[in-house]
Amino acid sequence: MSWTTICSLSDINPNAGVCALLGEEQVAIFKVNGQIYAIGNKDPFSNANVLSRGIVGSLNDTLAVASPLYKQHFNLETGICLEDETVSVPCYQVRTEGDLIQIAI
Amino acid sequence: MSDKKHLIVVGNGPVGHQFLESIAASGKAGDYHITVIGEEPRHAYDRVHLTAWFETREAASLNMVADGFYEEHQITAIANEKVEGINRADKIISTDKGNTYQYDTLVLATGSFPFVPPVPGHERDNCFVYRTIEDLEAITAASKDAKVGAVIGGGLLGLEAAKAIKDLGLETHVIEFAPRLMAVQVDDGGGALLRKKIEDLGVKVHTQKNTQNIGDGETAKHKLSFADGAELETDILVFSAGIRPQDALARQSELEIGERGGIVINDNCQTSDPDIYAIGECALWGGRIYGLIAPGWDMARAAADHVLGGAEGKTFTGADMSTKLKLMGVDVASIGDAHANTPGAKCYTFIDEQAEVYKKIVVSESGEHLLGAVLVGDAEDYGNLLQFALNKITLPEHPEAMILPNLDGSASVGLGVDALPDTAQICSCNNVSKGDLCAAVQGGATTVGDLKACTKAATTCGGCTALVGQVLNAELTKLGVEVNTDICEHFPYTRQEIYHLVRVGQIKSFEQLLEKHGKGHGCDICKPAAASILASCWNDYILQPEHAGLQDTNDRMLANMQKNGTYSVVPRMAGGEVTPDGLIAVGTVAKKYNLYTKITGGQRIDLFGATLDQLPLIWKELIDAGFETGHAYGKSLRTVKSCVGSTWCRYGVQDSVGAAIDIENRYKGLRSPHKLKMAVSGCTRECAEAQSKDVGVIATEKGWNLYVCGNGGMKPRHADLFASDIDTETLIKYVDRFLMFYVRTADRLQRTSVWLDNLEGGLDYLKKVIIEDSLGIAAELEAEMALVIDNYQCEWKTTIENEERVKQFRSFVNVDGGDKDIVFVQERGQIRPATEEEKARNEDLIAVA
Ligand SMILES: Cc1cc2nc3c(=O)[nH]c(=O)nc-3n(C[C@H](O)[C@H](O)[C@H](O)COP(=O)(O)OP(=O)(O)OC[C@H]3O[C@@H](n4cnc5c(N)ncnc54)[C@H](O)[C@@H]3O)c2cc1C
Ligand code: SF4
Ligand code: SF4
Repeated sequence: MSWTTICSLSDINPNAGVCALLGEEQVAIFKVNGQIYAIGNKDPFSNANVLSRGIVGSLNDTLAVASPLYKQHFNLETGICLEDETVSVPCYQVRTEGDLIQIAI
Repeated sequence: MSDKKHLIVVGNGPVGHQFLESIAASGKAGDYHITVIGEEPRHAYDRVHLTAWFETREAASLNMVADGFYEEHQITAIANEKVEGINRADKIISTDKGNTYQYDTLVLATGSFPFVPPVPGHERDNCFVYRTIEDLEAITAASKDAKVGAVIGGGLLGLEAAKAIKDLGLETHVIEFAPRLMAVQVDDGGGALLRKKIEDLGVKVHTQKNTQNIGDGETAKHKLSFADGAELETDILVFSAGIRPQDALARQSELEIGERGGIVINDNCQTSDPDIYAIGECALWGGRIYGLIAPGWDMARAAADHVLGGAEGKTFTGADMSTKLKLMGVDVASIGDAHANTPGAKCYTFIDEQAEVYKKIVVSESGEHLLGAVLVGDAEDYGNLLQFALNKITLPEHPEAMILPNLDGSASVGLGVDALPDTAQICSCNNVSKGDLCAAVQGGATTVGDLKACTKAATTCGGCTALVGQVLNAELTKLGVEVNTDICEHFPYTRQEIYHLVRVGQIKSFEQLLEKHGKGHGCDICKPAAASILASCWNDYILQPEHAGLQDTNDRMLANMQKNGTYSVVPRMAGGEVTPDGLIAVGTVAKKYNLYTKITGGQRIDLFGATLDQLPLIWKELIDAGFETGHAYGKSLRTVKSCVGSTWCRYGVQDSVGAAIDIENRYKGLRSPHKLKMAVSGCTRECAEAQSKDVGVIATEKGWNLYVCGNGGMKPRHADLFASDIDTETLIKYVDRFLMFYVRTADRLQRTSVWLDNLEGGLDYLKKVIIEDSLGIAAELEAEMALVIDNYQCEWKTTIENEERVKQFRSFVNVDGGDKDIVFVQERGQIRPATEEEKARNEDLIAVA
């Protein structure tokens, strides 16, 4: 496992996300109250790469992002869909090194 | 086939039609051969709203017969044919066209005709009555060469006719025999105020005038001579001196007739011949003619039930004649014993000369019951008072409190709706009882809008809307349904309350709002709602870092996300106007970025298939070509559609394109609870379909008619006429106030149509707030709108001028390039997203990255 630097903390708007390309994989990275989370960018319900553009928030204390297309929610910590637990997106380890955001691959 | 019975209805007015609807609703229409024969050239139309014909001058707007109604229920509907005789022995009727029809059951719904007093000269040219669409057409035609109009009769219909004549631009006189206007419904005090209000509108009122002769005039066509020696000259004369039951057929066939006319009926609405029924204004029950629509409909329902075998046991046993109406913009209501004729009755009267309000209640000798009431200038208490009178509810100790203004702001003394029995009729137009409403609530209705849809309550005159709302709330509370109106788990408030908190607390960001009034992290419900409210209040740039993450899908990237994650781009073309150069520029951009191009329903051009990283590039080129954002992505003003209007169209009476462009430029960028659509038509032909918009404007010869709260889409709603013949300045003033009031008070994602349907007090209340400024907030609303307009910016211009913002449109934060998964195929000469199968086949795919 190695850590790859993606961008700096200031590249992400507060309580919003961006998309990173790692090889062929698209990863959605979110910054919520200064904490960083990373899950797959592909929305399994539409097969479009859009989750990084969703609204983040909490539902019953679970941090989640809402798909901008059909509005299903995905747990930011596990990638599991809140409306249908049989559906999930990949989930990535992230850390911050000073001002930098790094992902484990 | 042949054993089906023949059911014939004579007269296709509102009541005859209600009879057919009741038969149809029973599902048994197929058991009969049904024929309806009407003398007028068209099928049933809404005579109650006859005067509304002037708004459109189209007969179709008053039509009462739903499309396909006759076909669906196999009813033969014949217009333009008059029934002239009934042969009761052979059960045959004959008509003026020489046709005969066999009946088993006959229903007479022949209504009434206007009484024209036999004054010498009454048959002269340019003398009219006010009853049918043809009458209105004739009056309108005659008004073209006329300067003065007079109405004989100062009753309810006379005043309506006077309004019409006034609106046609003539000097208007009302001539009344009695000492006051509306002598039947109101007392002297109310009549005096009504007279003042009507005279203030520029109508001259002459009471105690007995017209004795109509002859040639000197300055006008006719000269009226009165018994007291006075004279009046007028070009047009309208008789509105009462109505008489149309009972000619009954007389000819020797059915029992009342002393002063009217076909005598029993509780089942049968005449003296049990196979012949009579309903509506031609019928006489209990020695009375009922000249109102609600009793007529009750008769129709009772007769239909009896014809079908009486399964529901409906009968007609009289009706209450209380009325509430608006005459020339003046609210007038009369309940029960308005003249205190009951022995021992006592009155309480309240007169406010400043606000021009007159209210009187008549109570029983013991002070226990309400017997009657008269309201002029403010009829808001009508619903409440009527319930007290109809249900004999015990009055409070100080009944005068019911009509006194509540100056300290405490709730007015109304009745708890709990006091009403289930049988209490709440909506008299559509005969909906409290029990019906409660049943609907138990069946799942939770809003006034739901109740209107499933019970029809409050959908005709709207006088009962407030009461319907009270019954709803009481019943919901009783059912223990907790009506949770919180916007989401993060804020224990409704959208309105949050709006208020933001504005009053000068809150400028979601973080502040959450910290002060919410909990948790927010979600995709409250964040976009807050973003919209913040924008409505302060109109900041929505992609400022602290706002960006709040924005809903489309606002987030200032473009509309489509199913494959690409976007569509819509430049503003105010009023649907675009220059050839503009068109070429748009075409050039579309071609360069290979975008799918389509004309929208809002008269502009939509460019599809742009990827995230292309958006700023595309907008740079569009802005350089002189375009600005069209806000197609926002819950905000979309377009103001227009027809070409007087500039090109040979029918146009105003410059509708110019007006549409001004309106669109004024309100562009206004964020609201939901999207807003508007339109301006250049004449009543209404080619811009303004009546299906949130704000619709239709040109008239004198200015504009303003319509509000229409909707197309999933639940179409015809817009309501809000103000007539107003000038451009007034139009803008009303629209400013209207929009801001909607922004203030609507729920999240509530279109204006649903908002109005749920607004307590309905259209009348809205008019009071906007036109009369009853809440005293008009200046505030206008100032708030001015702030929004002053802070307008083209969001795309602001975006492309700022490098940091443009960065947000990169597909990837760590590398350049676009999304390889976005692929298109070619169809009809343009791109479209590839389907999953096409992607799998991997043939002829067009990639953008
Ligand atoms: C301007 C105006 C405003 C009004 N406002 C109100 C209001 O605010 N509230 C309210 O409650 N009421 C109001 N009314 C009264 C209301 O319109 C009537 O109560 C209602 O129209 C009665 O319906 P009807 O079907 O009984 O009669 P009508 O509407 O008169 O219909 C009878 C039909 O039968 C036809 N007919 C008659 N004889 C024959 C024949 N021999 N053969 C074939 N056809 C025949 C007639 O041509 C007519 O079309 C208003 C009326 C007018 C004119
Ligand atoms: S609404 Fe009137 S002015 Fe406009 S195009 Fe139609 S006919 Fe012409
Ligand atoms: S009608 Fe349906 S398919 Fe058509 S644009 Fe609207 S939402 Fe999409």
